[in-house]
Amino acid sequence: MEMIPLAHILVLSTMLFFIGVFGFFTRRNMITMLMSIELILNSVNINFIAFNKYLYPDQLEGVFFTLFVIAIAAAEVTVAIAIIINLYRKFSTVDMDEADTLKH
Amino acid sequence: MDIAAILIPLLPLLSFVIIGLTSKHIGHKLSGAIATAAILTSLALSLVVAKEYFFDLGRVNGAYAPHIAFNFRWLTFNSSLGIDLGAILDPISVMMLVVVTSISSMVHIYSFGYMHGEERFKNYYSYLSLFTFSMLGLVLSINIFQMYIFWELVGVSSFLLIGFYFTKQSAIAAAKKAFIVTRFADLGFLIGILVLGFGAESFDIASINERLTAAGSIQMLGMKSVTFLGLSSLTWGALLVFMGAAGKSAMFPLHIWLPDAMEGPTPVSALIHAATMVVAGVYLVARLFPIYSISAPEALHFIAYVGVFTAVFAAIIATTQNDIKRVLAFSTLSQIGYMMFAIGVAGWGPEQSEGFTGSMFHLFTHAFFKALLFLGAGVVIHAIHSNDMTDMGGLRKMLPITNAMFLIACLAIAGIPPFAGFFSKEAILNAAYHSDKLIFGLGVFASGLTAFYMFRLYFNIFWSRPATDHHNHEKGSAAMIVPLVILGVGSVFAGFIPFGEFVSADGKPVELVVHLGFSILPVCVAAAGILVAYVLYFKKNDRPDKIAASLGGLYKAVSNKFYIDEVYLFVTKKVIFPFIGRPAAWFDRNVVDGAIQQSGLVTEKLSGSIKQLQSGKLQSYTMYFLGGAILLAALLIFKFL
Repeated sequence: MEMIPLAHILVLSTMLFFIGVFGFFTRRNMITMLMSIELILNSVNINFIAFNKYLYPDQLEGVFFTLFVIAIAAAEVTVAIAIIINLYRKFSTVDMDEADTLKH
Repeated sequence: MDIAAILIPLLPLLSFVIIGLTSKHIGHKLSGAIATAAILTSLALSLVVAKEYFFDLGRVNGAYAPHIAFNFRWLTFNSSLGIDLGAILDPISVMMLVVVTSISSMVHIYSFGYMHGEERFKNYYSYLSLFTFSMLGLVLSINIFQMYIFWELVGVSSFLLIGFYFTKQSAIAAAKKAFIVTRFADLGFLIGILVLGFGAESFDIASINERLTAAGSIQMLGMKSVTFLGLSSLTWGALLVFMGAAGKSAMFPLHIWLPDAMEGPTPVSALIHAATMVVAGVYLVARLFPIYSISAPEALHFIAYVGVFTAVFAAIIATTQNDIKRVLAFSTLSQIGYMMFAIGVAGWGPEQSEGFTGSMFHLFTHAFFKALLFLGAGVVIHAIHSNDMTDMGGLRKMLPITNAMFLIACLAIAGIPPFAGFFSKEAILNAAYHSDKLIFGLGVFASGLTAFYMFRLYFNIFWSRPATDHHNHEKGSAAMIVPLVILGVGSVFAGFIPFGEFVSADGKPVELVVHLGFSILPVCVAAAGILVAYVLYFKKNDRPDKIAASLGGLYKAVSNKFYIDEVYLFVTKKVIFPFIGRPAAWFDRNVVDGAIQQSGLVTEKLSGSIKQLQSGKLQSYTMYFLGGAILLAALLIFKFL
């Protein structure tokens, strides 16, 4: 079976990463920002899997790492959602720019 | 004996801690009782130690050897240099233990009567305990730094007790004056310690004494080879240490604090400013006596002249003072001058050590009769509510026991046989006669003056006027009268102790002979002084005023204490403050403080300009974060790969 070249996969993950970063910077909605973070994490996961597959096909470290990242990401989502709910209760909005009381 | 020697200073410390910590919860009587019980136990222990040391254990091969009761390495600098804490027992320290604990016990008991009803009664007793602890620690010190610590502690407790009536402006001023003058002298002491300690490569008193006196020792040769202004560093060290001693013992010209220190309660004057603390300077010179006598005889001569000058100078001033406590204060100065010149004319070796023994003997007897004089004066002040002898007169019926005890003490200090002062003064004058005729002459002159002003004081208080008040004021104040009687007995009999047997510079017994032929002159001079005082003051008349008027300016100068205080004020206010103090303050405010404030201002400006970065907007923070991450990545890639 002919394999997809590694470079293609890296291009994909890089694109995914910067889409996530762009979303994180430009969106003001906290839910959307959370989704952008998930994109960034997933781009990392793709890199892990790709390098595992192409460089060390007889080992599984990359795969394990990916599983850990997914688990951590799930935990992180729960924490983030909890923070968002609390912020919503305080400011009655999920707009990031409204929550700027911690400035100088 | 060792455990007793450690307990002697620790019991008053314990009492200080207990009274200090529980003073809110215990009554006046109980706090006084705790302090008195502690000091009485210390007294008993020191008597036991003295008996064991002098009669059983101390004498080795016919000489008293020092005995280290306790030694503990406190600070270690390197393998050869460190500071020890410990307790030494040798003839002078054991003698001082007995003096300090006995006078302190008398003062503790006496204060029950004198300080009765005082609001800060408990503080008073805790300060007394602190003082007693410090003084005993000073006496027992084996290390010169340990001595310095206790030296400052007695200074602090003296400060606290002089300023005991701190609502009185004069008491505050006196306390500050005492502290500043003695601190100034202690600066010299500290430099002296460092010079001697550096030269001897040790701070242990015994090793300093040994290394700086042994013939051909490296340390002594090293110190002698370094000279400054024509004197070797060894002599300079000895002189600087004497500066500390002169400050504490109020030698001219550092004597100005002692007369003012009489602002404190009278029992405190008896304990600290007459019997114990002010003789610490004499004790210090005695501790380092081998250095002075063998290696730095120039310094010892200097001590002798300072001592004899102070003895005469203070005696002259004492003849004109009207405040009875100030008369006693100048008399103390004069008597400490005696001790100083006695030690100054002494030398090393059995023939010349009479001055040393005489000095210690006088310290011992003086403690008794001077404490008695002060406590007697305290009874008078308590009864009359005045310090001024012109308010007194004819008190003999009102205070009969005090009258008798005061007379005993006056006879003792005047050197009339067979009272205690006679024997010690005789030893001193004898030593001076064999060493320096000038000092001897001045000493005899001062002894005549002593007799004169003491009996001027006595006649003015108890005679001078007809005894009108027949009501006996002494009833019901046994706490004040019993110590007087005990000290009176001491003043009569202390002279009969064969002191030369026990105390000498090198531990070997010294023969203190009283030559009848020699005694005639000093006793006649003293008797003449008493006679003059009798003629002038026994009955009120106008002769003293006439004499004062005929002396004119001289009398005025003497009664103003030769304007020494004014000279000090002039020097400090007109010279030191404008030419040293103000420029230093300017430098401090503008240069030192200015530098600190500038650095603060820079920080403030900088932080003001960068605090705008903290906008509270999460996304701007992440932008900075991303920028940083990209920068690091770029660095990693282009610099290190």
